[in-house]
Amino acid sequence: MSLTNFLLMRHELLLTVAALLILMAEIFWDPGKKRSINLFSVLLFIVITIIGFLPSPSGTLFGGMYEVSDTRLIMKNILNIGALLVLIQSVTWLNKEENSEKISEYHILLISTLIGMNFMISAGHFLMFYLGLELATIPVAALAAFDRYSNKSAEAGIKLILISALSSGVLLYGLSMIYGTTGTFYFNEIAKLFVNDNLQILGFIFFFAGMAFKISIVPFHLWTADVYEGAPVNITAYLSVISKGAAVFIFIIVLFTIFPVIIASWQKIIYVTAILTMTIGNLFAIRQQNLKRFLAFSSISQAGYILVGFIGGNQLGMASVIYYILVYIFSNLAAFGVVAAISNAKGKENIDEYNGLYQTNPGLSLIMLLGLFSLAGIPPFAGFFGKFFLFTAAAQKGFYILVLIAVMNTIISLYYYLLVVKAMFINKSEAPVEKFRSDFPTRFALGICVAGIVVTGFASIIFEVIKNISFGV
Amino acid sequence: MDILTLFIVIPVLTITGIVLVKDMRHVRLVAATGMGLQLILSAVLVYLFVSARQSGNTAEMLFIKDIVWFKSLNIHYAVGVDGISVAMIALTSLVVFAGIYASWEVDFLTKEFFISLILLATGVFGFFISIDLFTMFLFYELAVIPMYLLIGIWGSGPKEYSAMKLTLMLMGASALLLLGILGIYFNSAPDGGQLSFNILEISRVKIPMSAQYLFFPLTFVGFGVLGALFPFHTWSPDGHSSAPTAVSMLHAGVLMKLGGYGAFRVAIFLMPEAAKELSWIFIILTTISVIYGAFGAIVQKDLKYINAYSSVSHCGLVLFAILMMNKTAMNGAIIQMISHGLMTALFFALIGMLYGRTHTRMINEMGGLMKVIPFLSVCYVIAGLASLGLPGLSGFVAEVTIFVGAFQHPDLFHRILTIIATTSIVITAVYILRVIAILLLGPAANEHYEHFTDAKWYEKVSAVTLISFVAFIGLAPWWLSSMIGSSLQPIINKILAFNPF
Repeated sequence: MSLTNFLLMRHELLLTVAALLILMAEIFWDPGKKRSINLFSVLLFIVITIIGFLPSPSGTLFGGMYEVSDTRLIMKNILNIGALLVLIQSVTWLNKEENSEKISEYHILLISTLIGMNFMISAGHFLMFYLGLELATIPVAALAAFDRYSNKSAEAGIKLILISALSSGVLLYGLSMIYGTTGTFYFNEIAKLFVNDNLQILGFIFFFAGMAFKISIVPFHLWTADVYEGAPVNITAYLSVISKGAAVFIFIIVLFTIFPVIIASWQKIIYVTAILTMTIGNLFAIRQQNLKRFLAFSSISQAGYILVGFIGGNQLGMASVIYYILVYIFSNLAAFGVVAAISNAKGKENIDEYNGLYQTNPGLSLIMLLGLFSLAGIPPFAGFFGKFFLFTAAAQKGFYILVLIAVMNTIISLYYYLLVVKAMFINKSEAPVEKFRSDFPTRFALGICVAGIVVTGFASIIFEVIKNISFGV
Repeated sequence: MDILTLFIVIPVLTITGIVLVKDMRHVRLVAATGMGLQLILSAVLVYLFVSARQSGNTAEMLFIKDIVWFKSLNIHYAVGVDGISVAMIALTSLVVFAGIYASWEVDFLTKEFFISLILLATGVFGFFISIDLFTMFLFYELAVIPMYLLIGIWGSGPKEYSAMKLTLMLMGASALLLLGILGIYFNSAPDGGQLSFNILEISRVKIPMSAQYLFFPLTFVGFGVLGALFPFHTWSPDGHSSAPTAVSMLHAGVLMKLGGYGAFRVAIFLMPEAAKELSWIFIILTTISVIYGAFGAIVQKDLKYINAYSSVSHCGLVLFAILMMNKTAMNGAIIQMISHGLMTALFFALIGMLYGRTHTRMINEMGGLMKVIPFLSVCYVIAGLASLGLPGLSGFVAEVTIFVGAFQHPDLFHRILTIIATTSIVITAVYILRVIAILLLGPAANEHYEHFTDAKWYEKVSAVTLISFVAFIGLAPWWLSSMIGSSLQPIINKILAFNPF
């Protein structure tokens, strides 16, 4: 293995170096200056994100266990952007007194999950995939329980770890069947040996169920709302955007490269689960009062829309899914950013506590409006383009009924997004959230989100680049 | 920059200007200036268009600008106009201009109000200039969504309910539309060529019949909801009555025309065979709209509800005429859109002005206004007479053309329904005259009325602008109908190719 080959792994390497540097800083820096670790970590991460965009050759490592291609690079870069935004958004919260001891822990844990996701996305072998998956999941559970004096946070952590263990078990069971029938774990070999065998399909179904837990697809979504509500807001944002995005990315790669033979079977599965996920996510979101739970259910329904992009198995489908995740990162992080800012400053997390928010905090209300409208798919925001492409991809293969159900669901989702808009802009309140000025990191991160929401849609070049590196079945 | 793109750029610049100014009084000045410019621009456009046509330019669409946007899906930013869209653009800029003056007194969140209002107008302008289905759809949704805030924040009565109902129904319609557009797109190259969103390109191919049967109803209903097609009209009375004045004006005057225009430009123009086969269902529905709307208006007591139901009736007539699919009726449909747009905007503006004085919209609580505020009352009578189709005003021209066109069909079905629809003229006369009698004539209902002041300058600007155009179309309809007629010809040709009467 030469150095050039080794550098194919630069995303993972850089992140590892960053995690180690932060660890060093924790050990050697003056205890009084621990807060500057935030700045240090964010700066490091900015550098990593930029380096990630430099052009890189494609290739494989470790005898094909690790694979880099343009598709996977783009996916990693998108995750980097999202993780960077989450990091910046967390600074305010980390600067609080009760967290001052744990700043570096937070950064190291978060970065190690990202390393895991990167390995997972680059997997060319199911072992590498599984390794990455576990590395991506277990530290998140620690993060979810980060608020150590809060029962809910601890509960969220334990729920997450139990569910991950269960889903990993299910997934491994499925993989064992696939291994049993093909005798290999290499993606490209499995793809060749896969025949429409019943045991293989059963294996696939278990694998699908395992992934469905990670992406929180109905009926494997039950953990989502509790964990999202209990975890600190920034971790919830991370879970709902980055973790989910990474799982979607590797799932679509695996689906399109390993399982094209059984496309007819997985189309049926995805058809049903997509409808269930959208509808149930939306219907439950209507009744939520707590904004974190609200966004949890909204993110479940978003997963349903993403599945609509999967179904055609076409190049446009993959492109629209990757593009949608990018859009979703900006939109959802804008919404979560506002929730986090208000929750950190005033401790308010309920929709009715947002009544009259526009009168006191117009800036935050407008960003929230933008984020929610983008999630709902209202033009001219990026979410509109994202949804349009997802639906176009499904329609290309003739799934018009599914598209109809999906667009009807966007109307339901518009209803509950408008409920929040109504609270902020129309409802009057005796005691609205007082006027406050959020600090620089929050404003900076929200600014990037807003720019992303506005630009990603209009700048067709982004979609075209993604389209070019996508592939179909 | 081409002249059509300016129609989007100017509103956007106006919005930027409004965001930047600090003083609330300057906000409406900026808004009025911007929309005044827009009005001048549309006059220039009309002039350029007419002179281009007279110099012998017979292209289907003029001032075409085509920029590739999403290359892999063949999505373009494509704009272009024919006589019909020019007429609609002129109507829009008039109504928006009048709307700004009619909302001169908005004092709660003034800035946000004008921003939302102009954003809505941007969507409408964009819709009328687009010849690419994707951009068209984008602008359609852009026009609908500010409505929620406009009604929800500045409205009256059960505003939250009405705003939500209106938004969800219209967005539901756009959901159907999205499906229709995707269906058209994926069938736009039956011979295996490049798929296209461009209306002109699609109109040159024949979309397979099986696809047409599926997607014509979706597209037609999608636009029909906005055009108050029975039974999807229910958002209209609630929405209009809760909305603030300028929004009602814009919504009834312009936004509902998006429905008629879209049904015509997309549903019928691109899928004429299915339109021919299935038109009977929709003709029945629109006839119900026409009659039901008129009867609905008779029993209402709230001025805005009366006018909203009357809009259902009149817009139903637009869709009714479009479905007749011959040149005379379609010509009438376009004139009706313009006429109704001006007239109903005038109505809502006047209702807003009356409400500002009497603080009620219930007709039985008012009376004798003619003596105290003669200017506004006379304007109201003129609007009413235009609505019931008095010769010399725009409503007459439109309705006569429509019914003559509709009666050209020799078969019993069309003729009977035309006769039924014609009765709406009588019913309209009933509710208009009834309102005028109760509202304006007789003794003053309240002694406070003596202190009323007649129209202020900005109210006069608003009313006189609209009335002069209503009268202009009524007295000299050939200007408008020749502009429309030459643009209708290629569309009629396409329809006639499959559909010889």
